[in-house]
Amino acid sequence: MSSEHKIYFYPVWLRIWHGINALGIIILIITGITMNSGMEKSMISFNLNIKLHNYSGAIVSLNYLLFLLGNLITNNSKFYIVKPKNFLKRPMKQAYYYAWGMFHGMKTPYPLSEKRKFNPLQKYFYIIVMYLAVPLVIISGIGLMFPELIFNKIYNISGVLITAVTHSAMGFFISVFLIVHLYVASIGKSPFDNFRSIVNGWHHI
Amino acid sequence: MKLVPSLLLLIFLIIALRSLGQYYDDPKNHDCLKCHSQQSYSFHNELMDTEEKRLMNPYFIIDTLQLRQGVHHNFDCTDCHSYDYTTYPHAANLKLEPLMTCLDCHGGDESFAKYEFEKIQEEFDKSVHYQVYGDAFSCAKCHSQHYYSATARTSNSVTEIVEYSNKMCLTCHNDIKKFRLIAGQDIPTVVDIHSWLPNQKLHFEHVRCIECHTAVEDSLMVSHNILSKEDAVRRCAECHSANSLLKASLYKYQNLQERSEDGTVLGALSNENYVIGSHQIPLLKTLSLIIFFACIGGIIIHLTFRIIIKK
Repeated sequence: MSSEHKIYFYPVWLRIWHGINALGIIILIITGITMNSGMEKSMISFNLNIKLHNYSGAIVSLNYLLFLLGNLITNNSKFYIVKPKNFLKRPMKQAYYYAWGMFHGMKTPYPLSEKRKFNPLQKYFYIIVMYLAVPLVIISGIGLMFPELIFNKIYNISGVLITAVTHSAMGFFISVFLIVHLYVASIGKSPFDNFRSIVNGWHHI
Repeated sequence: MKLVPSLLLLIFLIIALRSLGQYYDDPKNHDCLKCHSQQSYSFHNELMDTEEKRLMNPYFIIDTLQLRQGVHHNFDCTDCHSYDYTTYPHAANLKLEPLMTCLDCHGGDESFAKYEFEKIQEEFDKSVHYQVYGDAFSCAKCHSQHYYSATARTSNSVTEIVEYSNKMCLTCHNDIKKFRLIAGQDIPTVVDIHSWLPNQKLHFEHVRCIECHTAVEDSLMVSHNILSKEDAVRRCAECHSANSLLKASLYKYQNLQERSEDGTVLGALSNENYVIGSHQIPLLKTLSLIIFFACIGGIIIHLTFRIIIKK
């Protein structure tokens, strides 16, 4: 395959971030579900489960700083900019392509290029996950790790309740995102092509 | 001339009513409290004909503020203690007077039936305190007759109930002198023993010692069967689960129950005593299951079409 059809989409720092994040999040989801369901007789002890969750949480949080820093100093952040024009129409068009168009010989409405790393739908979800869900899960996670930091009451609502519910809700949202993320990643040149890309950095157009 | 007896009756009633709960209103002029509410007391030493000032034994100093809030505030000292205490110096043999226990007054009394004193005694007899120390371990070791108030039944604040209850345990279990007096051995510090417990401080402020250290008895409001340390609850999920132990103990009270059993979002939100794992919000649970299965279903359908169309 010639290099014209390949774009170096994922620089080393981003792949390192993505790798750590992927592994960390998977551990967090498994240990999180185990804790939440009160499963004690799992393969690992409850204490180890908590330890794993805490350490992975801390690593993923620090890793998030790498993501922020990378986007701050490289020009990767430009892929996250949303144009107000056709704000809803663009992702709808992409969704239509996934649900209908791709089965009816339609060309992808937003082909990827050096200027466009993410299609609109992808971009929106990445923004919500990386700039809303992940920060919220990190903040609420810190709160649960150091409960003395939590406000006792916010108006008439228990601070612990808000923190715990935010943490599980965002954790759940990220888990669902992961499932969809993995599935959509399989829609490429071949089912495994995109997975190879995030390892070696080159994306096939 | 019927007016005189009526007037006399009225005066008598006024005096009787005024005297209710008035014993401790003016400690400085109370026969006992003028000394026993102070750090020091003065008296005339008739033997030497001198005025003397001495320090009061700290264990005999009565906190009059707590006394007035206690359940027995309507009783005067000599209602329970010997009348001979009204003279000073107190006769030495008064120290040997038998003091009344809870059941002496409350046992078999219909008006106290709801507190189930007999059942409490029955449960207490099984407890490690009674098993090891026998009758020497009286109710008063934990429940001060002077200050006791039924906080768990009256308060609607969990932290208040917890603080009040834990103080009973900690007066001995966190006090070397008192612990030695009964157990005859040095006490390991409470903090060290519970070092395995995550977020110890938070637990101590929000759950009572007895939540883990008693065998829960359905028919009793407060379980009195204190278990030995080997039998204490150590499993997180006993409390942090939908079927939480706390619902049978701390959240059993009518004054708290209403809020803890309200499983709706609003009910859960207005509950200040959220316990992770036990106050699950059913609506969110259902919602997350719907989202999860919709997502998986969507993927399966999409994948099927992809396989059929070979895309």
